[in-house]
Amino acid sequence: MLVIPCPHCGPRCEIEFSYGGQAHIARPQDPAAADDATWADYVFMRDNTKGVFLERWVHSHGCRQWFNVARHTVTYEILASYETGAAPPNLDLESQA
Amino acid sequence: MTRYSLFSLLRNALNYHEDWPRAWRSPEPKSSYDAVIVGGGGHGLATAYYLAKNHGITNVAVIEAGWIGGGNTGRNTTIVRSNYLWDESTALYEHSMKLWEGLSQELNYNVMFSQRGVLNLAHNQHDLKEIARRISANRLNGVDSEFLTPAEIKDLAPIIDLRAGGRYPVLGASIQRRGGTARHDAVAWGYARAADALGVDIIQQCPVTGFRIENGRVSAVETAKGTIEAGKVAIAVAGHSSVLAKMAGFRLPVQSQPLQALVSEPVKPVLDTVIMSGAIHAYISQSDKGELVIGAGADPYIGYGQRGSLPVTEETLAAVCELFPMFRRMRMLRQWGGIVDTCPDASPVLGMTPVDGMYINCGWGTGGFKSTPGAGWVFAHTVAKNEPHDLNAAFSLNRFRTGYLIDEHGAAAVAH
Repeated sequence: MLVIPCPHCGPRCEIEFSYGGQAHIARPQDPAAADDATWADYVFMRDNTKGVFLERWVHSHGCRQWFNVARHTVTYEILASYETGAAPPNLDLESQA
Repeated sequence: MTRYSLFSLLRNALNYHEDWPRAWRSPEPKSSYDAVIVGGGGHGLATAYYLAKNHGITNVAVIEAGWIGGGNTGRNTTIVRSNYLWDESTALYEHSMKLWEGLSQELNYNVMFSQRGVLNLAHNQHDLKEIARRISANRLNGVDSEFLTPAEIKDLAPIIDLRAGGRYPVLGASIQRRGGTARHDAVAWGYARAADALGVDIIQQCPVTGFRIENGRVSAVETAKGTIEAGKVAIAVAGHSSVLAKMAGFRLPVQSQPLQALVSEPVKPVLDTVIMSGAIHAYISQSDKGELVIGAGADPYIGYGQRGSLPVTEETLAAVCELFPMFRRMRMLRQWGGIVDTCPDASPVLGMTPVDGMYINCGWGTGGFKSTPGAGWVFAHTVAKNEPHDLNAAFSLNRFRTGYLIDEHGAAAVAH
């Protein structure tokens, strides 16, 4: 059971949350000019990191706010949580433990 | 290779079974191969076997980071069926089913393929309509598929509670009578033995650390046992596909999540078919040893820990207890997770990559085990001919650019 620190409500069990996948995916700046490869990359391609991963969660059964979490996808250790729009914390994203 | 037969069994019985030869060699890697297959699970070993058998390419190595069949091949719930919704999926899975039906003879290795039937339950009106549609689609594609009424289900599996405590009433089911189970370890071992006999080197405990790519073409695989020159490289590593793709410099649309399973203590025979309920994430059959083999859902988030989360276990077991009240007193012996890599459309990627001479087989999600023979067959064709087989042409990585997705989410008789 993950205990996820919601930035608004504090630590809660994972069953209160829903998952939103990879965080910080930027929509193409000029949608009309983007080619199929750019759209494929934006819509479908994901880092699927083995190691520290920045991901989105929503506190569905709480404050219903979206926020971001830095979590290790092997050990499942949660290293940080921060509000959507904030810059990610300074973490070593290449470590695979 | 010693051919397994009644005669060899009797002869070895005279020696108290002490002189059976090893089923496959354990060679050190050569410096160069025509083709290197990364991943020694069922898919990688089947690919090696069909490369050698169908295409005469025998200078092949299968490189496995752990031990063969130690990943998802040994972690699934062994269900085999081909009643998928879309034409492309059905063609591929049905090709696989036909190979399953002759696999023990083909490999001279008993994979214990048991066509005991696979049921997919309907719990509400929507499920019934979805099942009616899928049964019709299956029949149009030549796949056996029938509807069962609640009374017929009860007849087949008397231990089921059709009211399921009022929570999950059983209103009907689809059944594929040719579906069933196979012994998953035996599939890896059978393919390994048969591929080895044709000259394939199986190299275990040898993680891949990188690829040598020059002018957009792969020329070697860097491993823990040194650099291995390779004419072609085929990747079949399931959960770690994104990690390998990153080493090769391209991205995949997959997400890796633990898919969970459990087995109970062994009991006398109570269930002689396979009962699946996609809606409530409970897949159950009874092994020849008497254990209940229970498949659960996948964790909703990315994870590479081979265990699975407790809320998923709880949800599945709650549903099993409602459907089969007599199982409430069963004790579970083991629980584990396998890392499945799932595509946004819940269909695999099976074909070419942006790197010349490199091919990928990934994204099977929950469909990997049942597809083992068919996927190996068409992947070997893709590697040998440098172009996809008709059966896997639609499953290209390029479909995420063209938009020609094969959407089996919710359509494939399971919720992913």
